[in-house]
Amino acid sequence: MSIAIDKSKCIGCGKCHNVCPGTLIKIGEDKKAFIKYPKDCWGCTSCVKECPVYAIRFYLGADIGGMGSLVHTEKNGDILKWIIEKQSGEISEIDINQKESNKY
Amino acid sequence: MKIEKLKTDILIIGGGTAGCYAALTISENSDAKVLICEKAHIKRSGCLAAGVNALNAYIVEGRVPQDYVDYAKKDADGIVREDLLLTMSERLNAVTERLEQLGLVILKDENGKYVARGNRNLKINGENIKPILAGAVEKLPNVTILNRVNITDYDVENNRIKGAFGIGIENDTFYSIEANAVIVATGGAAGLYKPNNPGFSRHKMWYPPFNTGAGYAMGINAGAEMTTFEMRFIALRCKDTIAPTGTLAQGVGAKQINSLGEVYETKYGITTSERVYGTVNENQEGRGPCYLRTEGITPEQDESLIKAYLNMAPSQTLKWIESGRMPSEQNVEIEGTEPYIVGGHTASGYWVDTKRATTVKGLYAAGDVAGGSPQKYVTGALAEGEIAAYAVIDFIKDNEIQSIDENKINEKISEVEKFLSKGDTRFTTEQLEEAMQTVMDSYAGGIKTNYRFNEKQLNIADKKIVDLQKLSESLHAEDFQELMYIYELRERLTVCRSVIAHLKARHETRWHSFAENLDYPEKDNENFLKYVNSRLENGEIKIIIRDLVERGAAYEHSN
Repeated sequence: MSIAIDKSKCIGCGKCHNVCPGTLIKIGEDKKAFIKYPKDCWGCTSCVKECPVYAIRFYLGADIGGMGSLVHTEKNGDILKWIIEKQSGEISEIDINQKESNKY
Repeated sequence: MKIEKLKTDILIIGGGTAGCYAALTISENSDAKVLICEKAHIKRSGCLAAGVNALNAYIVEGRVPQDYVDYAKKDADGIVREDLLLTMSERLNAVTERLEQLGLVILKDENGKYVARGNRNLKINGENIKPILAGAVEKLPNVTILNRVNITDYDVENNRIKGAFGIGIENDTFYSIEANAVIVATGGAAGLYKPNNPGFSRHKMWYPPFNTGAGYAMGINAGAEMTTFEMRFIALRCKDTIAPTGTLAQGVGAKQINSLGEVYETKYGITTSERVYGTVNENQEGRGPCYLRTEGITPEQDESLIKAYLNMAPSQTLKWIESGRMPSEQNVEIEGTEPYIVGGHTASGYWVDTKRATTVKGLYAAGDVAGGSPQKYVTGALAEGEIAAYAVIDFIKDNEIQSIDENKINEKISEVEKFLSKGDTRFTTEQLEEAMQTVMDSYAGGIKTNYRFNEKQLNIADKKIVDLQKLSESLHAEDFQELMYIYELRERLTVCRSVIAHLKARHETRWHSFAENLDYPEKDNENFLKYVNSRLENGEIKIIIRDLVERGAAYEHSN
């Protein structure tokens, strides 16, 4: 489990670096974020939720059955939208209202 | 390297669940100056980073705190501190209401009452539980937060804590912090054993991989009494994603089945350790893999599960979507994780009194580092943070801040400089970490041996861990983050030695899988309805067997 950062989208704001519970993300000399220790990612998705330009996506490692899909979130008011892009290009979206509790 | 010397009334080590709540409580009840040192950033650090799906410790209508004590005692087969469980349980509901006031969404019925899940749980939307808690702490006037400062050692003299030393991992700074009282809230220890998937996804584990047992190791090295390190915790999880199974079991009533479709949980029992043990045994006897039976649930249940997992373990939802089959169409394969040491689930940690005072004067413990009180979960950690907070407010009224000896500071600075200077090192920190995990996996009851061990194996494990401790002295760090990794490895090695000593000392098998000693395969109530405690004395781990503190009794430190 790890993340991929799209350098062409990254604005170098440093929010992902700030929030990572493992301090694994750094800002490079090109003022863009990069993950320095990809194998040390817990998969908590804190950075994904923090990125204001949706440049960070997470994926499952092949060793735990990952198939190459990339996931990110977009927040709009109380709605946290999860966007899953499969390698085939197929996209699934799931909206979660953060004011609503889980059913389970 | 810069050197910074700080002074505070109360130092809180670790800005996770318990540490944040302790800060809130102190700030609301005193003017004391509080300093929180957090190795990452409090917004998402600790166990709550990804969120939680439910509050697992709550006294629902019709139940009383003693019921919770009885439940935890039964699950641990007697080896709990009832005084600690009761003082925690009495506060569970008040801290829950406080969380709601801070902004946590908790499901309510039409009459405004919380909706329970089973006997002890509440349904919530817990994705943002940590930002809510951290946000409240950041607003407190008397609380200073040092993010990315990793505390590595206490300063203790004549069994009185004077403060702590640490490193700023991104500002190349050595910190010496004097404090009148210290609350340790660093969490438990992950990464001692080889994980389920040791390659690219080595950190896709149950417990935060960044909780490396710092609080335990600092306490052990300072001569604090510790308890029940032999009650390891092994989580039963969804295979690969290591996502929670409780949501499936409790949410949609999924039963544990083997590959023949037989429900096996009733065969082994339903305590936490029995659920793991049953799964191990079914696999060993050729009836694996094992699953939680979700096939046949409704499309509405599918949708609720997909959403519930996004709020706490999004990788499981991704797994379902990538496979193109929802839980109603495929059972969820399950497996046991590697063992962890974690006082919020089992009972490992500091030996504390009801105020959460450790045996070191001025040092208090809350959350996963505090022993004797399992099944704490989030609300129990909050409750312990609150109890420790009230205790330190009292403590600092009667005690003066002590100054740290300059020689001690210089000694510690030389140690840091040694790791930063290039020496004659053969190995990297990562290599020694792998070596440690391999030793624990092979000889101290890891996944490889189906969690089983005997005394001969434990002796080998201990010798090899001591060898690794020696090798770790000549490690080299290029920067302060790598320096933190050296300290984390050394913390884990210290904790490993205590785990091994405790596993060796309990001459029985009370909990299958958690502490399954093949030399003593039976339970021995006559000799081991006791706590196994330990204290480091002159470099040796001394085992102390203590009588149980049972219902109605309360343990207090005698010194």
